[in-house]
Amino acid sequence: MIPELGHFAIIIALLLAITQAALPLVGAQRGNLTLMAVARPAAQGQFVFLLIAYACLAYSFLVNDFTVENVARNSFSQLPEIYRFTATWGSHEGSLLLWVVMLGFWTTAVSVFSRHLPDDMVARVLGIMGLISIGFIAFLLLTSNPFDRLIPPPPDGRDMNPLLQDWGMIIHPPMLYMGYVGFAVAFAFAIAALLSGRLDAAWARWSRPWTTVAWAFLTLGIVLGSWWAYRELGWGGWWFWDPTENASFMPWLAGTALIHSLAVTEKRGAFKAWTVLLALITFSLSLLGTFLVRSGVLSSVHAFATDPARGAFILGFLAVVIGGSLILYAWRAPKMVTGGAFSWFSREAMLLANNVILLAAMGAVLLGTLYPLLMDALGLGKISVGPPYFNAVFVPLMAPALFLLGVGPLARWKGDSLPDMVTRLKWALAVAVITGFALPLTLEGFNPWATLGFTLAIWIALSVLIGFRERLRHGTRLSSLPRAFWGMQLAHFGLAWGILGMTLVANYEQERDVRMNVGEHTTLAGYTFTFRGTTEHDGPNYRAARGTVEVSRDGKLLYTLRPEKRIYNASGMPMTEAAVRYSLTSDIYVALGEPLDDEANAWAVRVFHKPFINWMWFGAVFMIVGGFLAASDRRYRIAVKKVEAPVRAAAQGA
Amino acid sequence: MKRWIPLILFAVLVGFFAKGLFLNPREVPSPFIGKPAPAFSLPVVGSTEQTFSPDDMKGKVWLLNVWAPWCVSCRQEHPLLMSLAKERSVTIVGLNWKDRDREAAQLLAQHGNPYVAVPDDLSGKTGIDYGVTGTPETYVIDREGVIRMKHVGPITPEVWAKKFEPKLKELGA
Repeated sequence: MIPELGHFAIIIALLLAITQAALPLVGAQRGNLTLMAVARPAAQGQFVFLLIAYACLAYSFLVNDFTVENVARNSFSQLPEIYRFTATWGSHEGSLLLWVVMLGFWTTAVSVFSRHLPDDMVARVLGIMGLISIGFIAFLLLTSNPFDRLIPPPPDGRDMNPLLQDWGMIIHPPMLYMGYVGFAVAFAFAIAALLSGRLDAAWARWSRPWTTVAWAFLTLGIVLGSWWAYRELGWGGWWFWDPTENASFMPWLAGTALIHSLAVTEKRGAFKAWTVLLALITFSLSLLGTFLVRSGVLSSVHAFATDPARGAFILGFLAVVIGGSLILYAWRAPKMVTGGAFSWFSREAMLLANNVILLAAMGAVLLGTLYPLLMDALGLGKISVGPPYFNAVFVPLMAPALFLLGVGPLARWKGDSLPDMVTRLKWALAVAVITGFALPLTLEGFNPWATLGFTLAIWIALSVLIGFRERLRHGTRLSSLPRAFWGMQLAHFGLAWGILGMTLVANYEQERDVRMNVGEHTTLAGYTFTFRGTTEHDGPNYRAARGTVEVSRDGKLLYTLRPEKRIYNASGMPMTEAAVRYSLTSDIYVALGEPLDDEANAWAVRVFHKPFINWMWFGAVFMIVGGFLAASDRRYRIAVKKVEAPVRAAAQGA
Repeated sequence: MKRWIPLILFAVLVGFFAKGLFLNPREVPSPFIGKPAPAFSLPVVGSTEQTFSPDDMKGKVWLLNVWAPWCVSCRQEHPLLMSLAKERSVTIVGLNWKDRDREAAQLLAQHGNPYVAVPDDLSGKTGIDYGVTGTPETYVIDREGVIRMKHVGPITPEVWAKKFEPKLKELGA
């Protein structure tokens, strides 16, 4: 009964989405306020019914209703309750339902926080979001109904993929989807502006906070995913350039370009066409990511659901949404007049250069991700593109962008003087370069990659400090600096910190793969690891061999790590549960490999020393906080009120 | 013209995706196709002195099915292999790969044995010679002892009808 209720709620949500799309869009075109007024209640109603559907699905999982196929495939009676809840988005169907719930959430948020926008703008934005929602709900109902019944029910479920039974996975998908779907708002604003022909600074100002918040969520989602991979996959790596990861990274790169380009459009009225195109590209990449992950065109270590029929549907949807919006763009582009001339050495020019580099980097990632597919489709053979390509292309591409990041925020709009800038920054540059060369020499000798990373990180961090100093020189107090400024500086500082962490861990990590018998020890980075054997251990839905590894330094026992090798009961899947000792300056990471069969007590054991890896996550946290802070700047609320009055008057007069 | 560039690029991409939907990225061509099946001589499960070598099959079109008792998806294709064996339409040899727990004989006695012989590759070395990436994998080997086809993953009735039957017909099995 409950699953049918959920199914029914999705159908009602679809009907509301159709209403939300059709009436307000027609109303906005004809200037009919009654039709436009439908947008808000329809959007909010749609969200309510999507929530009901989601609650029904969560209920089916929580009570172990194995007559629902989705539950039987992805849950298990012994699965702990929290994972039974997260299993709702562990499956293809459930994660799509989560996608539309998120879209409903963002749409409702726009409907609530848009009181100051002109009615036709709100109607168009919500209408566009309704169109996207129609596509996804139809996809859900036609190809991926999460409430399909399975009669007779199996005695027990097949269990959730053990890889996903980790608390990093509890929040990673919702955060990632918040980011993906959040870019739909920027997309809808861009389309609405194209439709109305009103591409101005006000449009950019309205889009900015939404885009920044979506970007912050996407950053959080990606970081949680990376952190999960680090802890759960047992290889000690944190980024694999896997297609699924790239699928989330590409919208991030485009979204980063977009938030900077929006700043220029808002402040200077420049780059209008470019900003609109970026808004379209960013959300298109979110959709593309969904297509790549859900259709099975690319093989990936975490392709959780693949099916060509579903792929064909998403591809058709993709073609309509992206193709349609690009046609609209091409049709309207000539009407976009760019104002605000600027010299080659100005903040605009720096931001444009950064934009181009970010997009080129995105293109490189896209090419690497799709290259196997392109080759295969052309009949040129099967190949795979791995981390060496991405590292070789991505790092050199990003280096100039990171250098410019140190200059851009300090440059004046319109035009600045280069000799003046050199005077302002020469000390920072000297300190960054000297430290960049000196630091590796004190560690393990000259290392160009480490030098590059250290130099750029210190360069950006010093530029942030200079930014504060210059702002404060004229008697301004810290507390009176706008949040947008704080947000930008925090995010840039976080990036610097993250780069420092990445550089340190990538160049100075150590690992050892050893065969260990009970009582044997190995040393790494000054630590001694002694293997004390394994014991049997029963988890709620798995059996584990739990190893005991004593970590000591200079003969003194520091702590004991307990890595596990688990066999999950329902799926029989083996899983490595690494044991990690976190600290500010380094992680000690121990993973059990395979038991070596000739002697019952010997195991393959992998030990890692990961210096400063946590700095990456800390840096990312700064970026995320910076994003939220910038989006909450008072300016957006006040400025919106100022422009609102004449526009609304004009709309009513029309 | 410039403003149409994004659309054109996107259209090209869609074309590739449409094509990509009908390709299987997991299917990797084996470099062993068209090459003689690597020679080996292994003891046979359930016997102490008998051994099996691909040379024993010269003059026959046969399947080398790489499986293992611990392999879950091998059980999925087992009923199909049983019915093929019953029809006597094709000769199947089951390479027992890395069976460390020595369960093969018992398992085959329990669920039925579709194989004419079950060479026992305990160390997994023969599997490596054949480029086995995981179980189950099935090789089609012709009368001259040349590998003509390889299938990765369980054989479903659909795979059998679409992939194996035409190939076997072509080889005159």
